[in-house]
Amino acid sequence: MLDIKAIRQDFPILSREVNGKPLVYFDNAATAQKPKVVEEAIKNYYETINANIHRGVHTLSQLATDAYEESRLKIQQHVNAKHSHEIIFTAGTTFGINLVANGFGTLLKEGDEVIVSALEHHSNIVPWQFACERSGAKLRVIPMNLEGELILSEYDTLLSEKTKVVAITHISNALGTINPIKEIIIKAHAVGAAVLVDGAQATPHIKPDVIDLDCEFYVFSGHKICGPTGTGILYGKEEWLNKLPPYQGGGEMIKQVTFEKTTYACLPHKFEAGTPNISGGIVLGHAIDYLNGIGFDNIAAYEKELLDYGTARLLEIDGLKIYGTAKEKTSVISFNIANIHPYDIGVIVDKLGVAVRTGHHCTQPIMDFFEIPGTIRASFSFYNTKEEIDILVEAVKKAQTMLS
Amino acid sequence: MTIKEAQEEIIDEFSMFDDWMQRYEYIIELGKSLPLIDEKYQVEENLIKGCQSQVWLHAEEREGKIYFTANSDAILTKGIIAILIRVFSGQTAVNITAANLDFIDEIGLKEHLSPTRANGLVSMIKQIKMYALAYQAKS
Repeated sequence: MLDIKAIRQDFPILSREVNGKPLVYFDNAATAQKPKVVEEAIKNYYETINANIHRGVHTLSQLATDAYEESRLKIQQHVNAKHSHEIIFTAGTTFGINLVANGFGTLLKEGDEVIVSALEHHSNIVPWQFACERSGAKLRVIPMNLEGELILSEYDTLLSEKTKVVAITHISNALGTINPIKEIIIKAHAVGAAVLVDGAQATPHIKPDVIDLDCEFYVFSGHKICGPTGTGILYGKEEWLNKLPPYQGGGEMIKQVTFEKTTYACLPHKFEAGTPNISGGIVLGHAIDYLNGIGFDNIAAYEKELLDYGTARLLEIDGLKIYGTAKEKTSVISFNIANIHPYDIGVIVDKLGVAVRTGHHCTQPIMDFFEIPGTIRASFSFYNTKEEIDILVEAVKKAQTMLS
Repeated sequence: MTIKEAQEEIIDEFSMFDDWMQRYEYIIELGKSLPLIDEKYQVEENLIKGCQSQVWLHAEEREGKIYFTANSDAILTKGIIAILIRVFSGQTAVNITAANLDFIDEIGLKEHLSPTRANGLVSMIKQIKMYALAYQAKS
């Protein structure tokens, strides 16, 4: 059992007011709030060890480098990677996907195929469209059913020896669907394809095990797991990271530079050109410690409770329809109210202190599938409460009355 | 009525409301009473795409004045469109180009014109001004 009251004390922002009302923050799928330990770690870094890393002999540089590499080890353990050099610090999920897709742009050739799914965020579609345009490869899409679940029999028919990459989200940001990722990976491997898993929405709820999943790449963002913005992780299997060309050129990523030819540094530095987000990388480790302190099993169990409660309460509202009713889903509820535009609801509930996301959630193909302009999305985190869900329900009812 | 007079009239109306809820209820009412745009104008080339809500805007010139009709899929956006049309429609190109929009702030609706809202209104105002500039250049 989590002590939610105590946990909420860790997040100063949760006690602020918005528009004269207590803040109810239900936009966790967009970004998570930060606990005090994260804020303190940022401050502590700048006040005690700020220096550039991997290149100074002086003490501060050594301390900063140690802290940065310690964080890498922590993240390696967290995702259960075999080697720490398989953990690449990035600026976020989008950056990680672009790094990998850009690399594949040079490895793919005409006739090859890349498979994505109907549930992807634009960030896991557009970089692959670039790679396909550059290489002449073809993009194929696993369709979904009305519940928002991928149709795996269709996936089977898409897979062939032409399939070189399957890029798939672990959990849908718009609908909350948890994909049967392990099965998808096993099937991709059976035809020799590499798999990139977009873990942006999964990592706040699940501790990924990349050895068990056996995916070639797993990417996620720091800011969605209580870490700083502008941080992220790309996990890649050593042999695949060696196979991919460098993404950006600059300092740190080189072994030797002459004007004739440059040779690249070993992993992970090959993909970490320039001075990285040092403080961000270090503090991300603290955020992961914080979440592990609460425990992902506890988080999952409590968020399931919130999801069930929120679903039941919202369905009491006349004319409310939930999009994304997969059997396996995380604490995301995407919904609309009959004859009312999601934007209008979003604006009114904001006036009542409730922060939800409205719009297409960077997943226009999903909205097109349901033939809607967008949805209202409430996404719950472990620091939310049932009382807050009650406030959301009352706010939506109020908006409905005003707008009908 | 000049643009300035129309704006003052609107400020006057909004000053009667004590809280945001009354203001919003009024905007919703305005949105509902916005004259329907002629269907032949609610087309792709008149569409201003916002991330959140969409706006269709049509302009035509009669006797030296520009008349606007518009629509949106969201009612709050429609309500603000109704306000903008009251201010701009039937005015000369020169006056539209010169007009400022500080009154939006005064009636407490500034946030609706913020780029983060992505509701098409900022682009709509830009478009209204562009039409005016284009007519000015023509005449």
